[in-house]
Amino acid sequence: MSKSAYSIDSGEEKLDRVIIVAWVDNEAGVLARVSGLFSGRGYNIESLAVAKVDEERNISRITISTNGTKSVVEQIKAQLLKLVPVHKVAEFKIDDNSIFKELALIKFVGGADLLQKAEKICVDFKVEFLDKTPLSFVAQIVSSRREIDDFIKKAKPFGLASITRTGPLAMTKGSETIKDNKGKVL
Amino acid sequence: MSTELTGAEIVFKALSDHKVEYIFGYPGGAVLPLYNQLFKQKEIKHILVRHEQGAGHAAEGYARSSGKPGVVLVTSGPGATNMVTALTDAYMDSIPLVCITGQVPTHLIGTDAFQECDTTGITRPCTKHNWLVKDVNQLAETIHKAFRIATTGRPGPVLIDIPKDIQFKKGIYKSHETIQMDSYQPNFKGDPTQIEKAVELIANAKKPVFYTGGGVINAGEKASQSLRELVALTGFPITSTLQGLGCYPGEDPQFLGMLGMHGTYEANHAMHDCDLMINIGARFDDRITGMVSKFSPGSKKIHIDIDPSSINKVVKVDVAVVGDAQSVMSSMIEIIKKKYPGFKNSNKEKISDWWKQIGVWREKKSLSFKQGKNIILPQYAVHRLYELTKDQDTFISTEVGQHQMWAAQHYKFSKPNRWMTSGGLGTMGYGLPAAIGIQIAHPKKLVIDIAGEASILMNIQELSTAVQYRLPIKIFILNNEYMGMVRQWQELLHDKNYSESYSEALPDFVKLAEAYGAVGIRASKPEELDEKIKEMINVNRPVIFDCVVAKEENCYPMIPSGKAHNEMILGPEDEDSISEEGKVLV
Repeated sequence: MSKSAYSIDSGEEKLDRVIIVAWVDNEAGVLARVSGLFSGRGYNIESLAVAKVDEERNISRITISTNGTKSVVEQIKAQLLKLVPVHKVAEFKIDDNSIFKELALIKFVGGADLLQKAEKICVDFKVEFLDKTPLSFVAQIVSSRREIDDFIKKAKPFGLASITRTGPLAMTKGSETIKDNKGKVL
Repeated sequence: MSTELTGAEIVFKALSDHKVEYIFGYPGGAVLPLYNQLFKQKEIKHILVRHEQGAGHAAEGYARSSGKPGVVLVTSGPGATNMVTALTDAYMDSIPLVCITGQVPTHLIGTDAFQECDTTGITRPCTKHNWLVKDVNQLAETIHKAFRIATTGRPGPVLIDIPKDIQFKKGIYKSHETIQMDSYQPNFKGDPTQIEKAVELIANAKKPVFYTGGGVINAGEKASQSLRELVALTGFPITSTLQGLGCYPGEDPQFLGMLGMHGTYEANHAMHDCDLMINIGARFDDRITGMVSKFSPGSKKIHIDIDPSSINKVVKVDVAVVGDAQSVMSSMIEIIKKKYPGFKNSNKEKISDWWKQIGVWREKKSLSFKQGKNIILPQYAVHRLYELTKDQDTFISTEVGQHQMWAAQHYKFSKPNRWMTSGGLGTMGYGLPAAIGIQIAHPKKLVIDIAGEASILMNIQELSTAVQYRLPIKIFILNNEYMGMVRQWQELLHDKNYSESYSEALPDFVKLAEAYGAVGIRASKPEELDEKIKEMINVNRPVIFDCVVAKEENCYPMIPSGKAHNEMILGPEDEDSISEEGKVLV
């Protein structure tokens, strides 16, 4: 009963996790256009990070972590590029050619014993301590998604109270850059 | 230093710069300054509709029949929300519309003011792009961008939301020559290497078929000429989608008729069995493909489309050319002529078995019907309408349902832009307002809305518009007292449980016409049909033609849901072949 005339027959294909980066005009509603495209077409957003990166040209860089079959990922890219304020879309595969980093701020609350144990784990993961009180501290970790997941899992029993994280940002390795359709480096 | 204009003046100056002759609209509080400016000028004429949805479809009819963008002006809140169906319709069928909506004054936005709604939020997914203009100095530039975006690349609707205070405020007018859009650069010319590859496939095909769509019509009249040249040059058979009808002559021997769910036997079988499919400006819609996994399993596929996101969206193709249909076809013609002079003759033998096979399929005569003496069959009605109007340049619009499919099957088009129907969205109530827009664009031509008795009631109020502007449109209702397509599906898939599909309490359409100040004609016997149709054509006023037809006639041939192109049913005798899983499909 699950067959539908509307879907691509791709049941067997495996889902890839990819990072899609879009350079967009920094204007009202642009984020709604991008996120609306994902929800409207049934694509998944795992995380999304956005900020202005080019003051002069008023361009923002949106980094979306998503998953889908190969053809769905191609569609996401094509549909994104169709949006009028989108200048360029690039796909970053989880491989050796790109750097992926995510930032997380994690608050621990508890008694001295508990916090001591938590701190020990934090030191193992080379986190930075941002705010310390006798009953709490906030740790900052900049790392891969997997390592942050790992850290959270290990630290959880020791007073972990609150987490905020950015989702991954992506950058190509080496001297390679990404250019827009006029050849300008983005 | 250029002089300052009010926002309302800027709007009309910009419309005039874009050579707009007509706008379709309905006034209201948030557009009063614009209507005041309309009143002060003479250049642009306004067509007052009776419902904003009507304005949208009228603008679509205008655009599709003229190749120019349709322009709509409506107020905030309900004016804007009533436009949503028409915008979505235009978006699905790639029709260039520029919709201007009023908005509450800037300082009231977000306060739930009277007739406020989040217009740009609501219309974001159903426009190619939209804007809320908060600075009068951005207004001219925004309108220029709107026209460019609506009319270039894959055309579509755009919307400009203008708060009332911006319509009053003074600002600078910028001319449209100065507009730059870095991020919007639609491809026009196809990639030459891909075009070369496409031609190579064409040269090697034994069982080729052209599959063409609305993109050819959108690429302009020259594209239809190029298509005819390309088809003549290759000697290949050609089929068309619903939206593409008219870009190739419907009575030409190389034309197989429409394909898809209610397409001809020969067109669908050719699509299924071909070894090369050349898709020009069509998008593998689900009404075309049937079950995607069973769609044309043995063919190489070429896809020419101006929209990169159409490529590999539904069906994976072997050669993709992103570009304008006209530009790509003329390159192909050039290459074929140069590389393969005399191609048609030298290739004739290679595809002769294919044509023989097509001849066998044609023998099925899948569009045939048996007209008896007493009751008019809907197919016969459309057939007679065609025979009696084909000698003049006739424009046809339709509503949505069985009558639409019968019109597509039995009315043959020889020119592009003569056939206006809501294909993607399938909007009942489209045809009457569309006919109004068509008649505005072509005042001297015969314009007929082939309708159903249920659809026509969805926007019947627009008959008043037709009467006001003395638009002699003809509304040809195939009246079977059912939402026929719903009834047909209920018959085939839901044990003839005709749940809510009977048109109870219908108006007397002849009296209804007269009440509006139009002319009403009724035909209920086959022998009176011709004479009544002639009477309709000869009246130079709007007409409702109530054609009383067989109540339970089904639209055949048909590809049942979940079936392949070669599993069509031709008539009632094949009906029990619909599987359980087919029933869940739309």
